[in-house]
Amino acid sequence: MAEFSARLKELGRYPALVAGLVIIAIFVGVSIYTPIVLPYSEAIRLWRGAAGVWEDNPQNAAPVWLELFTRDRLPRTIVVNTADDGTKTEQPIGDGMKRVEITLPFQYPYDGFPKELKLFIEVSYEGVGVPAALSWRTADGRTIVLQENRLLKRSDIYYISQDEDLRTQLSGMAPHLGLFASPEDSEKPLKGDYRLVLTAEIPAAAQLDMKLTVYGQIHGLAGTDERRRDLMVALLWGAPIALIFGVIAAVGTTVLTYVLAATGTWLGGKVDRTFQWVTQVNLIIPLLPVLIMFGYLYSRSIWVMLGLVVALNIFGSTMLTYRAMFLQAKEAPYIEAAQAYGAGNSRIIFRYLMPRMAPTLLPEFVLMIPTFVFLEATLAVLGLGDPVIPTWGKVLEAAFRQGALLKGYYYWFLEPAILLMLVGVGFSLIGYSLDRIFNPRLRTV
Amino acid sequence: MIESMNTQIKLATDNRESPTIPGGPLLKVEEACLYFRASNGVVKAVDRVSFEMARGRSLAILGESGCGKTSLAKAILRLLPRNVDTYTGQMFLNGMDLMKLSEERFRKEVRWTKIAMVSQAAMNSLNPVLKVGDQVAEPLLLDHRMSKKEALERARQVFRIVGVPEAFLERYAFELSGGMRQRAIIAMALIANPVIVILDEPTSALDVLTQANIMNALKRIKKELGLSYIFITHDIATSSELADEVVCMYAGQLVEHSKAERFYRQPLHPYAQKLMASVPTLRVEKKPEFITGQPPSLLNPPPGCRFAERCPRRFDRCQEEPPVFVHGDAKVKCWLYERD
Amino acid sequence: MEDKALLSVRELRTWFELKRWGFLHAGFVRAVDGVSFQLKPGEAITIVGESGSGKTTLLRTIIGLARPTGGEILFDGRRIDGRKPEDVAWLRSHVGFVQQDPYGALAPFMTVRRILQEPLAINKVEPSEYEDRIRVVLEEVRLIPVEDFLNKFPHMLSGGQQQRLVIARAMILRPRLIVADEPVSMLDASVRVEILELMRRIQQAHNLGVIYITHDLSSVRYFSERVCIMYAARMVEKTDVREVVQKPLHPYTQALLNAIPDPDPDNAARFKDTPAGEPPNLINPPKGCRFHPRCARIIRGLCDQEEPPEFEPTPGHFVECWLYK
Repeated sequence: MAEFSARLKELGRYPALVAGLVIIAIFVGVSIYTPIVLPYSEAIRLWRGAAGVWEDNPQNAAPVWLELFTRDRLPRTIVVNTADDGTKTEQPIGDGMKRVEITLPFQYPYDGFPKELKLFIEVSYEGVGVPAALSWRTADGRTIVLQENRLLKRSDIYYISQDEDLRTQLSGMAPHLGLFASPEDSEKPLKGDYRLVLTAEIPAAAQLDMKLTVYGQIHGLAGTDERRRDLMVALLWGAPIALIFGVIAAVGTTVLTYVLAATGTWLGGKVDRTFQWVTQVNLIIPLLPVLIMFGYLYSRSIWVMLGLVVALNIFGSTMLTYRAMFLQAKEAPYIEAAQAYGAGNSRIIFRYLMPRMAPTLLPEFVLMIPTFVFLEATLAVLGLGDPVIPTWGKVLEAAFRQGALLKGYYYWFLEPAILLMLVGVGFSLIGYSLDRIFNPRLRTV
Repeated sequence: MIESMNTQIKLATDNRESPTIPGGPLLKVEEACLYFRASNGVVKAVDRVSFEMARGRSLAILGESGCGKTSLAKAILRLLPRNVDTYTGQMFLNGMDLMKLSEERFRKEVRWTKIAMVSQAAMNSLNPVLKVGDQVAEPLLLDHRMSKKEALERARQVFRIVGVPEAFLERYAFELSGGMRQRAIIAMALIANPVIVILDEPTSALDVLTQANIMNALKRIKKELGLSYIFITHDIATSSELADEVVCMYAGQLVEHSKAERFYRQPLHPYAQKLMASVPTLRVEKKPEFITGQPPSLLNPPPGCRFAERCPRRFDRCQEEPPVFVHGDAKVKCWLYERD
Repeated sequence: MEDKALLSVRELRTWFELKRWGFLHAGFVRAVDGVSFQLKPGEAITIVGESGSGKTTLLRTIIGLARPTGGEILFDGRRIDGRKPEDVAWLRSHVGFVQQDPYGALAPFMTVRRILQEPLAINKVEPSEYEDRIRVVLEEVRLIPVEDFLNKFPHMLSGGQQQRLVIARAMILRPRLIVADEPVSMLDASVRVEILELMRRIQQAHNLGVIYITHDLSSVRYFSERVCIMYAARMVEKTDVREVVQKPLHPYTQALLNAIPDPDPDNAARFKDTPAGEPPNLINPPKGCRFHPRCARIIRGLCDQEEPPEFEPTPGHFVECWLYK
């Protein structure tokens, strides 16, 4: 319609609309950017978090920008492995064996203690466990023996921070604290150069590699969860998922309700009565319990949920509102004239009745989107989220399940919550501005 | 002079009415202006209209849609919309200066008590949940501090005058036929004993026979009560049933004011002539004519005579707006009558 | 030798069933109760009646928007009262409908071009012909230059222009009959004649049959040949326009004509003679002649007992009144 572009120019007059559009544009931008940078299958794989995928991430680490709010330099994860930073010396000692000494040095400049310490040892050698000695050299030159005879296995993880004997050795301090604590002030870590040394006698043909992970307290832009997953994956991917779910559900519901209302009202008689009856029954049935039932008994796939949500929302109160509007519209003389020159029912419904109210669909549909976005999040929090796809709701659900509030991991639930809120605010700003633009002009259509 | 309704209307410090001029006109309107603010400018709905009406005489205001006749009625009754831009002029009712009255006084002393109105299709706006009798009595209850009993008694009286059986006081609007409803509305207008009743298209929604009945009733009421009517309509034939004098409006201005005998037979102004020629007659064999073109926009009326564009008798003087000339006992706004 | 009638209506009845509580039968509204008339090709007739007389229902039955309950309708010799789908479709492409409210009759969201295209598209006219036919019909109703109007929306046109568009739309399928329901009552007085003259011109140019429905006999009598007066679902008088004005026979017609005012200053001094009462409701019309409760010339014992048949006191002039036995 020619008038449409004139109306669009008026959009600039509504600052709320512009603000809303900016917010949503950012989300749309993210939604486009994310699948390119992190393809869907990759995201699913990462989120599934099979063993080893996230092993270098700290558990429940806060986002790095938290540092801006503290005076301390918070520790980040340090990974030292033989290939990159370690030094290895090998010395054959006859009998087909060699003595190996691997040193993993690193610098520790932080004001806080690491969260965890782990040592990954890999030996390319099948056979009897060969003993190894592990020692730790602190920044001020002290040497602490970690283990004297650790039997090497093909693939071994030494959970240093959970070593109870080491803990006793360190006067009851947990190893990841005690190994770093400054002798003067056990509350503060000693900054400087540290070293982990392993010595062992292994067969000459064998290869020995190590990786020391000193887990920090902060990680990534969004932190990590209890499974060490970088929350950015879920937050980024949550955007397109939320938008797609919300938009499809909103469009589907709005359009289908509109079409069915027009059809029922025009055809009248049994069709109209049936639709009304179905709507009235449906209004009584609560949505969430039905979804929960369906989710538990049948499938939790997000697409199935989407379809169900749309189906249950079509025969809602909006249908009754539209019906009232169409009842009035169908009395217009031009509709009778159309019948007189031979228009059939479907033509009248689609080309004469529906265009009448079409402008109201736009604000209606925009305002419905956040409802569905929140619905998806609600389902996830209730444990009915899609099992594989990372969404904001899933993050929330994990946070609640793990007691994030109790443990002080505020970022864990604040981040998805704020994102959900922003989506809601953005669409509401747009929707209510559109409402003001389109609705008073209804009379000119 | 009230320039804009946004400013407070200042009361004259003494609220004395001007002394009634005996034998003077019942209603005198001078240079009345009513302009509205529209989204794209100012609409000059009523543009410097002046006329007088004598006691006991009835006036018909004729013109086509958009000529300003309903706006003129609203101006007289000070029923102004929110987007009014200018409301000026002088109006005297029996010598009383209406424009000087405060809103409060106008409401109490003039509106409905002296000048009442029967609106277009008011019969369809009767409150469906009130009894007809209560509605008709309502104007008396609002400001006149009449008791409900007295008000209903008066309602009974006016029902008798308009010819509605008393029983209908207890009925609801939907139980009345169209003609009855219209009579009820007329009763509502009469209930405060006004001296002028403005009728705005009182019968346009009615059938021919019902219309004739209502016209009969209005004639009878006029005789019995000595009322004056201001009858506004686009139905010229019907207007002749009540009119003693006719005011013809075009594009917000008064173009002719003459007695009924002259106007319906030999109007003076070219527009009035063409208007009368376009009215079909049943009893006289005369093929009606039509006027080509359209009235000018009231947003930016053209300079000069507003009818000049469509006038078959225009000449170069018409580029300048003519004043209202007196021609015998009539007034015409046309250069053709300059000599007088 | 009688010309073959374009439209022949015989004893047409259209009754609407009243249902109490949605399913209990509670009587019939007999909106059209035994109406017969004929229309020759190229002839214009006016059906005059007040509200509640059934004239609108009669019109809607003729053009297929209401289902007849009894009687016959023959259009161009073909029976259409059976309402078989192919008959109805055929009828609709040969009858043009002009409605009372010009603005309401036009879809406000469609341009002029689209409004005129719709009947063509529905009736399977070749798309290549669209432009031509639209142009021709717009020129015929004098909405020119055509280009100026094609892309306008209805609210951009004046009342008169809107009605011309409605007429154009009625004409675009090249109908044989035009049915107009109060085509000018919502227009200004000075525009009415213009529109009526336009319709007359079109009628004569294409030899169309025209049925006007109106209550305003004064204006329409210049544009039609015959008049049928309807009262309470029956046609009480049928004759030439001239006859009905000069020599109305039925008391109702006489009362009607008497009540129509001419612009005459002497009117203000006279009271009109009007019949008392109201038109009867159509569920239970009065016994006998339906006008008898209001008739000044009633014959007691006859008019209130038996419905009068049609009499023809002068050739071509039909009355349903016992006075003319």
